[in-house]
This record gives sequence, C-alpha cells and structure tokens, in this order.
Amino acid sequence: MLDLQGYGWLLWDGVQLTVMVSVISMAGAIVVGFLAALAKLGRSRGRFLVVEAYTTIVRGVPELVLLLLVYYGFPTLVQDGAAALGYELVVSINPFAAGIATITFIYGAFACEVFRGAYLNVPAGQHEAAAVLGLSRVAALRLIILPQVFRYALPGLGNVWMVLVKATALISIVQLPELMRNADVAARATRMPFTFFFAACLVYLAITLASMWAQARAEGWASRGVVGGRL
Amino acid sequence: MVSFLSDHLDAFVAGALITLQYTALSCLFGAVLALPIALMRLSPKTAVFWPATVYVLFFRGTPLLAQIFLIYYGSGQFRHALEAMGLWQFFREPWFCAVLTLSLNTAAYSSEIFRGALQAVPRGEVEAAMALGMSALQRLRFILFPRALAAAWPAYTNEVVYQLQATSLVSIITVMDITGVARVIASRNFAFYEAFLTAAAFYLAIVYLVVLLAKRVEGRLYAHLAAADSAGNRRVRP
Repeated sequence: MLDLQGYGWLLWDGVQLTVMVSVISMAGAIVVGFLAALAKLGRSRGRFLVVEAYTTIVRGVPELVLLLLVYYGFPTLVQDGAAALGYELVVSINPFAAGIATITFIYGAFACEVFRGAYLNVPAGQHEAAAVLGLSRVAALRLIILPQVFRYALPGLGNVWMVLVKATALISIVQLPELMRNADVAARATRMPFTFFFAACLVYLAITLASMWAQARAEGWASRGVVGGRL
Repeated sequence: MVSFLSDHLDAFVAGALITLQYTALSCLFGAVLALPIALMRLSPKTAVFWPATVYVLFFRGTPLLAQIFLIYYGSGQFRHALEAMGLWQFFREPWFCAVLTLSLNTAAYSSEIFRGALQAVPRGEVEAAMALGMSALQRLRFILFPRALAAAWPAYTNEVVYQLQATSLVSIITVMDITGVARVIASRNFAFYEAFLTAAAFYLAIVYLVVLLAKRVEGRLYAHLAAADSAGNRRVRP
C-alpha cells in the first residue's frame, strides 16, 4: 500500500471538498442545462441565439482560461467599470464560489446538449397522444414528455458528471483546498510527489468507477417499465 | 483594450504557435500509440486485453492535471534511478513532460474511438477478405484500417479539438502557450480580464478554424456516400 506519512487526513478533507464542489456544480449544471435546452427548443429567436452563443463559447474556450477569467478577470473588470463611473470598489471572489460558478457555467452547456438530444428522442407519437387526450401543453410536458426526457438524458448526464468530477481538479489552481490541492501540499511537505499524486489519481479513479456502477443501476431503474428497454 | 492588443499581440501569436505545436505533436504520438492499444482492447487473449484496458481506464478516469503533476513532479521522486538510466535530462524539462503526458492521455481517448470504429466495420467485409485468402495483416491494411479511419474521423476531430484546449494545462508547468502568455502578461500589467479575454478569443478562433478544416476533409472522405446532384457534383449534406 501507499505510505501516506500521516497525510491521509489531508487527502480525505480534500476528497470531501471535491465531492461537495462536484455535487453542487452538477446540480447547477442540470438547472442551467435544462433552462438552456428549453430556450434552444423554444420559439423565441432571441433566446435561441443567446444559448447558441453560450454553447459556442464554452465549446471553444479551455476550462482553465474560463476559470482564470472568472476568478481574476471578473473582479478586475467590475472594478475598472466602477472606476470609470467614479466609484471606488474592491471586488474579490473566493475560490469556492469561482470554482462552482465556472464548472456550472461550462457543464451547463454540455447538459443543455444532452437535454436537447433527449427531448428530440421522444417519439412524435407521444406528443400527439398527449394532445389527443386533451392534456394542456404544460400538463403534457410534465406528465408525458419530461419523464421520458429524463430517462433518455440519463446516460448523457452520467458522462457529464464523470467529466465534471475530473474538471474540479482545475480549481486547485486558484488554491481551493480540494483533493488535488491537498495532494500538492502533502507532496511538497513530504517531498514524495509521486506517492501523493498517484494516491490522488487512485481516488479519482475510485470515484469514476463508483459513478459507472451507480449510472448502470440508475439506467436500469429508469428503464424498469420498458420492454427490452435497457438504454 | 486596443492598446493592450497592439502591445502584446506578438506574445500571443508566439503562444498560439506553441499551443499548435503541442497539439500537433501530442495528437501525432497519441494516434500512433492509440492503434495498437485499440487492437489490444479487441483481443480475446486476457494477457493482451487487460494491460490495455487498465491503461485506458487510468488515463480516462483521472484528471489530466493529476497526470501532468504525476509525471512532471512525480518523476523527481525517482531522480536517481532516472539519472542512472540517463533519462533525467528529459524528465526535468517541462516541454518533455507536457508532450509525454498529453500524448499518453489522448492515446487513451483516441484508442476508444478507433476501437469503436474497428468494431463498426461490417463483419461481411472481413469475411469476404478472408475468402479472398488475405492474411490477417493484409485484412488490417486493406480492409479494416481504411474503413475504420473513415468511420472514426468525425469523433477523432472532436478529440483533436478537446486536445487543443487541454494543452492549456501545460501553462501550469511553466510552458508559454497561449494561456501561459496570458497569465504572465496579466500579472505583470495587472490586466487580468484583457489578457484572459484575448486568450479566450485566440482559442475560439483556432478551435473553429480546426472544426471548419475537419468539416472540409469530412466532405471529401464521404464524397462517395453522397448522391450526385443534377450537375453531377457530389455533396454531403451537413
């Protein structure tokens, strides 16, 4: 086994923060992605263009650059803007908020694509059947369409989650004491970088494997009412 | 913003060249490495299948940042052994560790793309090749590879775009790519949003240029699949 020189607790603190940041960001990404997908599928041209610009930017700019932009760029931009208007303002964002905001912003775009694809997967007959039954648009969406959208979205959302967890490692760059950052601290203190970064890798791997298992379970559960319906 | 751009444009262009270099090199090495890994993953022999599977699982299941730190900082823990082998002069260089990690990482992702493409080649074509008396090597060369490469192209160009953005992480181990240049200029001039917005614009431009190029190649690759229009031109519908 790896000898962690008594720094195991530091890694454990980091793991907890990593999981917390991941869960909060994922919840945010699902909300953002859902709203963005609604806008993308809706009839408003203006909203469609806004979401199109959003997904285009997220797909074309590296996560690290977006994180640096949020953490360092945004406060200075607000300060400069305030100075131009004659106010003196000091703005700073804590790493926790900056990290969650960035990860939510990025993975909201990916979740948007997942929801859009899932919605388009729902057969047209389902919409027609709901209309024939006399359901209003909102009722049809809530009772017939959305439950199916979430079933189709499950595999895609699982993928987003697994990529998202790995992306949280980036927040170590702005000194949030999550797993990667704490592994770095322990590596410097003990001068055993390989041991600690390898331990961190194993933890990420364990999270990935656990997520794969949970995803398979969740997909089986979501498909329980469908004949031969394994996604 | 205008004076910022005119002052620092040269530095950003130099950074962009570094970014392109790292992307090209790692994609090249990664693709070369990915093919044997994909073939190993398709092997029925346990001793061949498992090493490749563990490799792919490790590199796809852990963050790239952790892999870069593991190789760049982690190699220091084995300095004496590496010195004895004469390899330390490479592992102490950020550029070497950066290209090595990026290549190993993209090899894992690309091998999954190639594996899927190889599996998508219709069984009948392989059987036909066998019936013609082709050897296993000939089947790979004339039937499986050309078909699989065409099938893998759209997914592979996606991977190149991801890789292009992933290279931004090498700035953390002091390589002066676009992000590295932006970070230095930002802190030296206290021009954070100017520098990072410029970097973002550079990445956006390069990414969508690559996407455009890939689409063009795609059109050529699949030209035989498209119906000819009345003028006899073959065009793939987007």
